[in-house]
Amino acid sequence: MKPKAMTEGIDEPDQPTPLPPNHCGDLFAKFDPLIEQRRALLATGVEDPFSLVMERVLSPTQAICNGRETILLGTYNYMGMTFDPDVIEAGKQALDDFGSGTTGSRVLNGTYAGHRAVEEALKEFYAMDHAMVFSTGYQANLGIISTIAGKGDYIVLDIDSHASIWDGCKMGDAEVVPFKHNDIEAMSKRLGRIPAGAGKLVVLEGVYSMLGDIAPLKEMIAVAKGHGAMVLVDEAHSMGFIGPNGRGVAEDQGVLDDVDFVIGTFSKSVGTVGGFCVSNHPKFEIMRLVCRPYVFTASLPPSVVATAAVSIRKLMHAGDKRAHLWENSRRLHGELTRRGFRLGTSEPQSAIIAVIMPDLERGAAMWEALLREGLYVNLARPPATPANMTLLRCSLCAEHTAKQVKAIVGMFERAGKATGII
Amino acid sequence: MDRAATDERIRTLLAPFNKKGIAVTDATTFAGDLEFDSLTVMDFVAAIEDEFDIIISMNQQAEIESYGQLVDAVVKLQQP
Repeated sequence: MKPKAMTEGIDEPDQPTPLPPNHCGDLFAKFDPLIEQRRALLATGVEDPFSLVMERVLSPTQAICNGRETILLGTYNYMGMTFDPDVIEAGKQALDDFGSGTTGSRVLNGTYAGHRAVEEALKEFYAMDHAMVFSTGYQANLGIISTIAGKGDYIVLDIDSHASIWDGCKMGDAEVVPFKHNDIEAMSKRLGRIPAGAGKLVVLEGVYSMLGDIAPLKEMIAVAKGHGAMVLVDEAHSMGFIGPNGRGVAEDQGVLDDVDFVIGTFSKSVGTVGGFCVSNHPKFEIMRLVCRPYVFTASLPPSVVATAAVSIRKLMHAGDKRAHLWENSRRLHGELTRRGFRLGTSEPQSAIIAVIMPDLERGAAMWEALLREGLYVNLARPPATPANMTLLRCSLCAEHTAKQVKAIVGMFERAGKATGII
Repeated sequence: MDRAATDERIRTLLAPFNKKGIAVTDATTFAGDLEFDSLTVMDFVAAIEDEFDIIISMNQQAEIESYGQLVDAVVKLQQP
């Protein structure tokens, strides 16, 4: 059933929303409502939240934006690995030894020693048998989901799934069946209605990035397995941070062994770019030949895989950093709650804290007031957000000091009062 | 269940989502006439799925634009 096109979205439209039909010759006519909405927002004098330039980046937590020194609180750089000296050194060495790029597919000339080495690091990190590295996290979901669920199979997924999951569903030939966010019963009912004999893939996320809430994976995976489904869990926002070894929410809830495929990314805790899938499936290696987003694109540059491998190995021994990040998350959550802000979760569940804004206009005003205070957060808006909320999404870093967190709280308080949010 | 009975049950389920109280015919469209956004579509589809104990996959939903098409699809999905 086609929903009314929601044109108010710019940032990460997750579930694909159809655009209005085109009635004139210009193929761009379908974008007119969005162009007009953007124009109206910018006409109010607000800084464009979607064209910010980081002029200089000083550390994982600080940059110069529009000439101002700015604390970064919306970069998903959870473990602060982007400026780690060992990581930087490995990248420089790889540039010297292997050049700037591979100019080729993983299955042709694009697998260097570094690609193998980062896959070995992933296998060790997750204690799994197979690891396959993609050029981005988006491509990892796109490739794995569209390839393993084929015609006649069913994909049962959470309605708040990331855009890359939806696009993976759209690219494949399987029947796509969404269920209400984190609703175990709704998921179970849909699995129960799938015709006997059909293949079933359940797609879940450990941490949902909009509200920063986690999934009840233990219960959901048990239900999925009870219905004979395979389970894929996207742990993009939990790697390195959640779970005793930083393997994610499934590890934390003691059910990692029941997950058939873990999808992850290098662009968050690992601190560079790239995506991956790890699995214990005995036939997993065939994916390298049949997965089109893996085959038909150039592999990651040698410097990227070298930085990723060092970073992943350091994340295996990052217990202190994990503890400090949790401390940061709890402190910010507590202080913002105390000051009267409405947050996406009643207790901190991850390193994401979503501050709920009353509407887009006041959300944009608050976002700009924070930027002027010297704080960068993500402005998230419909249709990417659940229930059409406008959110100021904060992601904490293990490198944020207690002093920075205190400063952040002060900025929120001043900006919140100036814009009438609190 | 025949088409008339299916129509009647879907009509009852639709009522709370028909915020403007539009007179619904087979030609009424969900996006255009009823102004359903994606969240409303999800809740409405879930209500129908639970009522009839069926799955209307997103692939099937993409083919359904009008109320009449929905009733036809649900009639068909109930047949074993």
